[in-house]
Amino acid sequence: MPALESNGALAKRDFAPWTDRTLQPLLRIEGVSKRFGAFTAVDRLSLDIYQGEFFALLGPSGCGKTTLLRLIAGFEQAGAGRIVLDGVDLAAVPPHRRPVNMMFQSYALFPHLSVAANVAFGLKQEGLPKAQIAERVADMLALVKLEDLGRRKPHELSGGQRQRVALARSLAKRPRVLLLDEPMAALDKKLRGETQFELMDLQRRLGLTFIIVTHDQSEAMTVADRIAVMDRGRLMQVAPPAEIYEQPNSRWVADFIGSVNLFEGRAGDDGTSVEGTALGRLRVATKIAAEPGAAVWVAVRPERLRVTAAAPAPDQTGLENGAAATLVDVAYLGGLTILRLRTEAGVPLQATIANTGRLADRAVSWGGKVWLSFPPEAAIVLTR
Amino acid sequence: MKRTLMKRSFMAKLVVRVPYAWLVAFFLLPFLIVLKISLSQTAIAQPPYTPVFDLAAGWHGLVSFLAGLSLDNYAFLGSDPLYVLSYLKSLEIAALSTLILLVIGYPIAYAMTRTPRKAQAISVLLVILPFWTSFLIRIYAWMNILQHDGPLNRLLLVLDLVREPPVWLSTNTAVYIGIVYSYLPFMVLPLYATLEKLDEALLEAAADLGCPRWKAFWLVTVPLSAPGVIAGVLLCFIPAVGEFVIPDLLGGSRTSMIGQTIWTEFFANKDWPTASAVAVVLVCLLVTPIVVFQHQTMRGIERD
Amino acid sequence: MRKLSAFNIATLFVGVAFLYLPIAVLVVYSFNASRLVAVWGGWSTRWYGELADDAPLLEAAFISLRVALLSASAATLLGTLAAVALVRFGRFRGRLLFSAMIYAPLVMPEVITGLSMLLLFVAISVDRGFWTVVVAHTTMAMCFVAVIVQARLVDFDMSLEEAAMDLGASPARTFMTVTLPLIVPAIAASWMLAFALSLDDLVIASFTTGPGATTLPIRIYSQVRLGVSPEMNAVCSIMVGVVGLAVIAASLLTKLSAARGAPARV
Repeated sequence: MPALESNGALAKRDFAPWTDRTLQPLLRIEGVSKRFGAFTAVDRLSLDIYQGEFFALLGPSGCGKTTLLRLIAGFEQAGAGRIVLDGVDLAAVPPHRRPVNMMFQSYALFPHLSVAANVAFGLKQEGLPKAQIAERVADMLALVKLEDLGRRKPHELSGGQRQRVALARSLAKRPRVLLLDEPMAALDKKLRGETQFELMDLQRRLGLTFIIVTHDQSEAMTVADRIAVMDRGRLMQVAPPAEIYEQPNSRWVADFIGSVNLFEGRAGDDGTSVEGTALGRLRVATKIAAEPGAAVWVAVRPERLRVTAAAPAPDQTGLENGAAATLVDVAYLGGLTILRLRTEAGVPLQATIANTGRLADRAVSWGGKVWLSFPPEAAIVLTR
Repeated sequence: MKRTLMKRSFMAKLVVRVPYAWLVAFFLLPFLIVLKISLSQTAIAQPPYTPVFDLAAGWHGLVSFLAGLSLDNYAFLGSDPLYVLSYLKSLEIAALSTLILLVIGYPIAYAMTRTPRKAQAISVLLVILPFWTSFLIRIYAWMNILQHDGPLNRLLLVLDLVREPPVWLSTNTAVYIGIVYSYLPFMVLPLYATLEKLDEALLEAAADLGCPRWKAFWLVTVPLSAPGVIAGVLLCFIPAVGEFVIPDLLGGSRTSMIGQTIWTEFFANKDWPTASAVAVVLVCLLVTPIVVFQHQTMRGIERD
Repeated sequence: MRKLSAFNIATLFVGVAFLYLPIAVLVVYSFNASRLVAVWGGWSTRWYGELADDAPLLEAAFISLRVALLSASAATLLGTLAAVALVRFGRFRGRLLFSAMIYAPLVMPEVITGLSMLLLFVAISVDRGFWTVVVAHTTMAMCFVAVIVQARLVDFDMSLEEAAMDLGASPARTFMTVTLPLIVPAIAASWMLAFALSLDDLVIASFTTGPGATTLPIRIYSQVRLGVSPEMNAVCSIMVGVVGLAVIAASLLTKLSAARGAPARV
């Protein structure tokens, strides 16, 4: 399935094991399906996740990402397919014997046990000697900066503190894979931001493999080395965040991640143009992978749309792929401004401009006429 | 995480099988035996019925056993008006008592939900406490009160409400009082449980949409309390039909509810087959409400 | 909008009074020096004194206590197992019958359950006596236990069990170390309920008992049939007092454990 593979060029850090053909994936999901009655939650899904990755499962609610996570953890049984971890088929392994640990969305801290006892719980099941357990617990609490709270009970902690306990508890056993089920859903925005970076830091330092489920795009983009975008039980695209954003493989992915302007048209004869769009004839930079005359779509991110006050002179270059438009609405967001525009033909478009100056100094105004354009390099051609 | 029974370990299967086996042995099997005996005849023997199922007699024994069964007892029940009247009387008393219980219990349950949070636990405790004291004792307490020269009559005389002390004991009225008194917690608690879960926001929404308080009660609260009402009604009606202690101690010979009939047939007349037949018919009468009760309770559980 | 209207207060007051007055009357008359209810002979504790000499009554009380202890414990064990089976085991074959057998006894008139069990014991030629009563009470009470524990289990946060298993605890260990400690209040409450039901039961005990196993309610009933008597008032007052104290103690204990941090609700 070529559309799902990705190259390492747009990797976040200098780390792209998925491009290395000689490497075996740590976790291999092969053709896994899961149904609940008539509803198919996961549909013949195949995925490889490598050691050391911070992997995100992203998608709208009901897409099956949480079900997939629970299948890996062992709380659901797959109807078809295999899940292989380190070469071992997990089908026969009950959840309490799998070398994976999970951080629950609700944290699921044992209310009748202290913080230290919660963290020690998994270690006790392994039968480790008491001294070793105590040492590991102390290490874990220090890792999440809760050293002095070992004696407290969960209901005596704040939401953020409880989350750290849950994290410490799930890391205590040094699992091969750590599963995180919307771990930051209950935190406020500022705390969420800080926690995201702490998680990334932790993951890198400990060299563990994390799989996070989230519905928050910016969270996935922030933390993940690769994102798997899911819809209705199927994988739509698996790639590093930059690739997903800049090279979506379908209209669905382009529309799901961030905002996008879409133009439908037909592939031109020369292979680098698209005919019959709402903006007329568009020129694109890369060769179109479709037969001339085939239906294609051109996707342009709002921040790549150039907005100028006046139309270009006929001999000016660099302003092709343009059209006249009226400014319909302006949303000021502090760091950037979102402009809602409508072309003369009535096509609604969205542009984003960074606020590098003060708002009052802007040339554009409501109801004003502007000229939109984008360079061919900004065009993403989609064949589906 | 629900795994199918098949996939579980032996120990896990025991969790189901032990209570299952117990109930089959001590609940289901007895019923079948009652059914069987209702098809038998009295005998001056030990046990006092015939035919007796004898495994040792083999196939021939089985055939003669089946031949000995008959529906005579049921025919007898149908023919004697005593029994028919007894059933009808029981149904009537149980139904009317349940109605009274609903009328009295609903306001009490509702008032309990209106008390401030802290006091609610206490009010629940107060309602439950009498339930913990012996059933027998509570009925006996009413015997004290309803005596001819007991405190109730003395109070009525003192307040000049009656000319002569009325007779309470050994009347239908006493039975009603007894049933309502004993079963009140069974009506109040399910109602309270349902009413307590009612979302205040619904009533606020009704008010916001222009609905006066009393109307909101009828249009919102009452319909939403239906599960509690059904649970309470069934929890009271079904056992009340087969009540024995209350009509026996408070009702005397004039009220003959079906529970007393069974008792009399069994202990006094030593007529086990007839008693069994009476019991079987009673179960048949109650099957429909029992099934409804079960369905209601299971729905409540599965909804979560 | 949680206001207590005058009507509500009146309702509560009348309701509570209705529930407690008969018992209050009973207790008051147990101190009546005169034997006749009609005559108030002044305060006296002579009837309590006479109780101490009533050997059959004391023996019956002792038997009732033993029956109650045994049947409550057995019922709590069986009922808890049944509740776990109903809530955690999904759909298994025979589940419908199982749940029918759990819910039906809750409402079934006692004469029927008593009669049927007696006939069972006769059919299998078991001598009726102490143990048949224990078995009968266990059967009756386990259904109440099952319903109470089941309600608690349904409310229980499943993610706690999943977390425990995720950390390596087998299903059995999970139940023992995580689930059980948190549902103990419900189990304790249902033990007490089973105990009270057994102590109080007349009809089923009458059917299933045998020589030498007269329980207290049977004894009281045989006396009470003949009419009101102050000794009976004394017995009943004692029972009321004991039960009342136990229930109050239990609720205080629950409040105490809640204050110490074990949550009342998960």
